[in-house]
Amino acid sequence: MAEKAPKPVKVHIDVDRCKGCGYCAEFCPRGVLKMTDELSPKGYDMVKVVDETKCLGCGLCEAICPEFGIYLTTEEKEE
Amino acid sequence: MTKMLTVDTNPIDCYLRVDRIPHIWCAGCGIGPATGCFVRAIDRAGLNPDKVAVVSGIGCSGRVAGYIKLDSFHTTHGRALPFATGLKLANPELNLVVFSGDGDIVAIGGNHLIHSARRNIDMTVICINNFNYGMTGGQMGPTTPLGARSTTSPYGNFEYPFNLPYLVAASGATYVARWTVLHLRELERSIAEALAKPGFSFIEVLSPCPTVYGRQNKLPRGLDEMHSYQERSIIRDGADPKDVELSLNGPIVVGKFVDIERPTLWDCYQQMLTRASKPKKR
Amino acid sequence: MSKDGALNGEFFINGDIACAEGAISAGCWFFAGYPITPATEVAERMSERLPQVGGVFIQMEDEIASMNAVLGASWAGVKAMTATSGPGFSLMMENLGLGVMLETPCVVVNVQRAGPSTGLPTLVAQGDMMQARWGAHGHYEIIALVPDSPQEMFDLTILAFNLSEQYRVPVLLMADEAVGHMSEKVVIPRINSKDLVDRPRPKVAPEEYLPYDSREGLVPPMAIAGGGYRFHVTGLTHDDRGYPVMTAEAQDKLVRRLVDKIRLNAKDIIRYEEVNVEDAEVIVVSYGISARVARYAVQEARDEGIKAGLLRLITVWPFAEDRIRKLAPKVKAFVVPEINYGQIVREVERCAAGKARARLVPHMGGSVHLPETILEAIREEAR
Repeated sequence: MAEKAPKPVKVHIDVDRCKGCGYCAEFCPRGVLKMTDELSPKGYDMVKVVDETKCLGCGLCEAICPEFGIYLTTEEKEE
Repeated sequence: MTKMLTVDTNPIDCYLRVDRIPHIWCAGCGIGPATGCFVRAIDRAGLNPDKVAVVSGIGCSGRVAGYIKLDSFHTTHGRALPFATGLKLANPELNLVVFSGDGDIVAIGGNHLIHSARRNIDMTVICINNFNYGMTGGQMGPTTPLGARSTTSPYGNFEYPFNLPYLVAASGATYVARWTVLHLRELERSIAEALAKPGFSFIEVLSPCPTVYGRQNKLPRGLDEMHSYQERSIIRDGADPKDVELSLNGPIVVGKFVDIERPTLWDCYQQMLTRASKPKKR
Repeated sequence: MSKDGALNGEFFINGDIACAEGAISAGCWFFAGYPITPATEVAERMSERLPQVGGVFIQMEDEIASMNAVLGASWAGVKAMTATSGPGFSLMMENLGLGVMLETPCVVVNVQRAGPSTGLPTLVAQGDMMQARWGAHGHYEIIALVPDSPQEMFDLTILAFNLSEQYRVPVLLMADEAVGHMSEKVVIPRINSKDLVDRPRPKVAPEEYLPYDSREGLVPPMAIAGGGYRFHVTGLTHDDRGYPVMTAEAQDKLVRRLVDKIRLNAKDIIRYEEVNVEDAEVIVVSYGISARVARYAVQEARDEGIKAGLLRLITVWPFAEDRIRKLAPKVKAFVVPEINYGQIVREVERCAAGKARARLVPHMGGSVHLPETILEAIREEAR
């Protein structure tokens, strides 16, 4: 099992969309995301990326987020 | 270490009416992930989005039609299937998807469900089953488990629920599957198969409803219901639909149960036309 | 589209069949219905004819499904129709309202029979006239035509399609069992495609298209599914974009336009026939089969020296308010024979505004009026 993703992956969270349900943090197989006590601009408990280097790029968070609030990019695609 | 960004473009946004996002569904509602699976399945099935038409009924699941950027129709309670039937028969090139909820499709829409399956009309039905009428505050419906609490069964539901895969398969559907929203990859693949397959495809999607169903049934957080899916789900592709009924705490059998070939309504209609005196194509 | 499959010539057919042929001549390409006396023959004829002209007939599981299938077909771009009678008409009401709200061109035929409820399934009445106007919930306006013969079953079906396409509204053909089941000569001409109306189509690119663009006036252009317009429409109160908007302002704007769309165009929509009204002292206001009996009674009255006239309503909704208002000061009374216990007479009375009496000649249903009954009422009002 790989320790890291083949290429570094960036996790983007849209704080205006997040409703703090916790699915991404709970079901991420690598513990990349964690719920915090901080509130989003809309007043929801916010999720944060705690260790992006562990991200495998599996895309589960992107698929499971009910708000279309997370997506992944690989490094080449970043600006 | 910690990153927080407000970003512009989730790739899925090209399929969303972003001027209406964030949507109205509750935190933890499973309709969002199901919608994401649907949208990715359209690409996976290689469909032309301009030819995909989505018809929904009334309820939380019925709101999906308003959030995706396809030709979409938010019709009356229970009547998405006959509306979609008219669309499909008038333009067989359309890929019809009915995306609606358990109360809408199975209770008030129940008659249209069995007849559409009987006809094997070429369309895909994604039935979000959150075990209650969510939009109106959590009343029981024909998929509410025996004994479950709801606002109209405060002492526990005293009715048996439908076994939806069994009902739809018996009525004539040629593709029947059930997944929970936790089974994201399987659900996406199933929807893609159903979209590409001619005939009546029915996919039951179990979804958390934390605000009303969950709260009334000791599953107050979406995570609670998702964990319950995790613990209770068994994947059994090819299971006999007769054996997959759901109960309040029993196993949840998911999988692809039926995938058969049968001439569609349009096939039969074409055969009829050759018998009519002037067989002419539109 | 299907005009080359249309009939041409003189035929001896009943009203239901004439209605079906009117639909075919109008380019109707889709019919969804459910068997119900006395409208079943419309469905049966369409089941035979639509496959001949390359169209689609489907018998749905109930009237609710039929109404919805018709709406769906219209949104795929074809002319669509259903036919029913009282009990089915009641079932269709919710989705007739959906048709009004989505602004869907289509034709709904009600071959009226006696009610309430199961009533007299095989016998005539005109008891659904107010239901035609107000049967769906909410406030809206609709168009209803009333044929008085198999010939008019043919002619008015074509008119119904034209009006529905022009105003993007379901149009009702309020026939009755007598007219539906009687057989008479029907002349079916070749219909020129110039005489058929199609809904307004979008003139802009998909990115700029709004399903209910208020800049387009009272009747917005209609995109159809599969055309690349990626539109959303909903039965919820909506704005120009078609998106649901839950405000009083959106409700005001939308409902006003849906009503004004018909109301402000009433002069172009309303049709009636007048016989001897110029010097009339008593005018019989009637519609459908009752107007045929009334015509005879009016003639008899004239023969007796009574200055009687006939105003035969061809559109009942919108109601010919202006005409009644104009005639009221000139007459002693309006005599209104109808096969119900008083429905359109209320409109007559309202518009007469006390300047003339409105005398109902009711008949509960099951047969038509005797001319003598109407004649007696004319005599009494003429005194």
